[in-house]
Amino acid sequence: MNEMVTPLLDVQDLTVRFRGLVAVDHVSFTVEAGTVHGLIGPNGAGKTTCFNLISGLIPPTSGQVTLAGVPLDGLPSWKRTRAGLSRTFQNIRMFQEMTVRENVMTGMQARLQASVPEILSRTGRFRPEEVAAKTRADELLEFVSLIASADRRAGDLPYGDQRRLEIARALASEPKLLLLDEPAAGMNPAETQDLVGLLNRLKQGGLTLLLVEHDMHFVMSLCDRITVLNFGRKIAEGAPKEIRENPAVIEAYLGTKTADRLKGDQP
Amino acid sequence: MFDNFFFSYQTLIFAVGINGLLALSMYTVLAVGQLSLGQAAFMGIGAYVSTLLTLDANWPFAAVLLAAMVVPALAALLIGGPTLKLTGVYLALATIALGEILRIFCNASDLTGGALGLSGIPNKTSFGLIFGILAVALVGFVLVARSRLGRAMEAMREDEVAAGVMGVNLPVMKMGALMVSAMLAGLAGALNAHANSFIGPNDYGFDQAVTILSFALLGGIGSPFGPVLGAIILTVLPELLTALHDFKLVVNGFIIVIAVLFMPRGLLIWRIGRVG
Repeated sequence: MNEMVTPLLDVQDLTVRFRGLVAVDHVSFTVEAGTVHGLIGPNGAGKTTCFNLISGLIPPTSGQVTLAGVPLDGLPSWKRTRAGLSRTFQNIRMFQEMTVRENVMTGMQARLQASVPEILSRTGRFRPEEVAAKTRADELLEFVSLIASADRRAGDLPYGDQRRLEIARALASEPKLLLLDEPAAGMNPAETQDLVGLLNRLKQGGLTLLLVEHDMHFVMSLCDRITVLNFGRKIAEGAPKEIRENPAVIEAYLGTKTADRLKGDQP
Repeated sequence: MFDNFFFSYQTLIFAVGINGLLALSMYTVLAVGQLSLGQAAFMGIGAYVSTLLTLDANWPFAAVLLAAMVVPALAALLIGGPTLKLTGVYLALATIALGEILRIFCNASDLTGGALGLSGIPNKTSFGLIFGILAVALVGFVLVARSRLGRAMEAMREDEVAAGVMGVNLPVMKMGALMVSAMLAGLAGALNAHANSFIGPNDYGFDQAVTILSFALLGGIGSPFGPVLGAIILTVLPELLTALHDFKLVVNGFIIVIAVLFMPRGLLIWRIGRVG
């Protein structure tokens, strides 16, 4: 075992201050390639802010983010996508007017190369690239079971389908690391079960996932490693089993009194 | 019969084509979600540059038209840097201010003939030239719409943050759209100047900026054809209403209000596909 192997994602001392509030406070963690890493914590713990910092939507006050050895600091979101980062949003951000297929093809912006003259003359890279993009989009739609809806307006899809479409769109950029912000939010148990299957297949395909999720059963069954945030600080990290038994985590989620009662300290 | 009709309405027919180009200029920035209102100013730059090159330097018309695209594009490059960081109504205000600066400069400068403007511009345009350019522009827009660029543009218009996360190069797309918009407006300005023999500094102010915006609003921006349709209607309509004399502007305005209220997506709601 090579101990010097660099983690896929390396987050060091990430901090962001909004006026007086320290939303993310010197958070450090690493995500190993090929694993599913969970980022959990009570509401307002700074999970989504952490995602926004990693994906370049807001600038950090201090700290570094490195993807596969490449520093991402100071890069805008679109350059981070080109470096191999992709994400979904807590409140789905579909391109509603576009068709389902067009949405997935938009996810390939980081990969498509045809120049303006090639586009205007329909020559060179344009044709082969566009055909390949369409084929790939349909494969991804097949993968998330949405191929039947390929030509529908994305905004007309039911909620659970939009969540899966967002994953297909994020996969279209061929990311090294996929950030999923509450992928199971608003899903019914059957849909959640399908999603677990989908994410497991992605994991088996070698994709690395970092996800924020509230559904503890979902997180515990899917994640190899979990980082717990509370009030912007990292309070625990470890395998699901360790996290489940960690007193600091139980306290953060349930409050001191309940945590004590569970430990049997109270009558 | 046709010749007669054409002769009587030549000014109007040319105006339809030129306003069509201006509508496409407006469409270019709206299609990437930028409410930039500098089109009238870019049109003015194109008009003055082309007129001066024709009158004072005797350039061939093809070179004049090229210059009328390049100079506004350079102006767009210059003002794009600071203004493209702005969004929504702030960008609109900043670009309106640009138009005012140009208007005041042209009113004051001897080079541009001051408030009297420039006159005696030879007519070098033709039906074929104006509508040929409009047709080429429309075909270009359709080809771009059905490509990765078209998808990037619509993504930006719907959700700029999500578009960025898709890997859309936002600064280049915004600057590119502004420059293409400036080139089209400059070209329209040059054609207009060489169709009407006279240009003045007040032709390219706030009124004109709003008129160009209304082409796109009335027609709709689901496809490049919408704004052109809007331009045709808003150019021809006042002529049909001449019998109403002073009331024609009231009716004109009323039709725009009705359209915006009851057809927020414009008259042409058909949306162009984005796969090539």
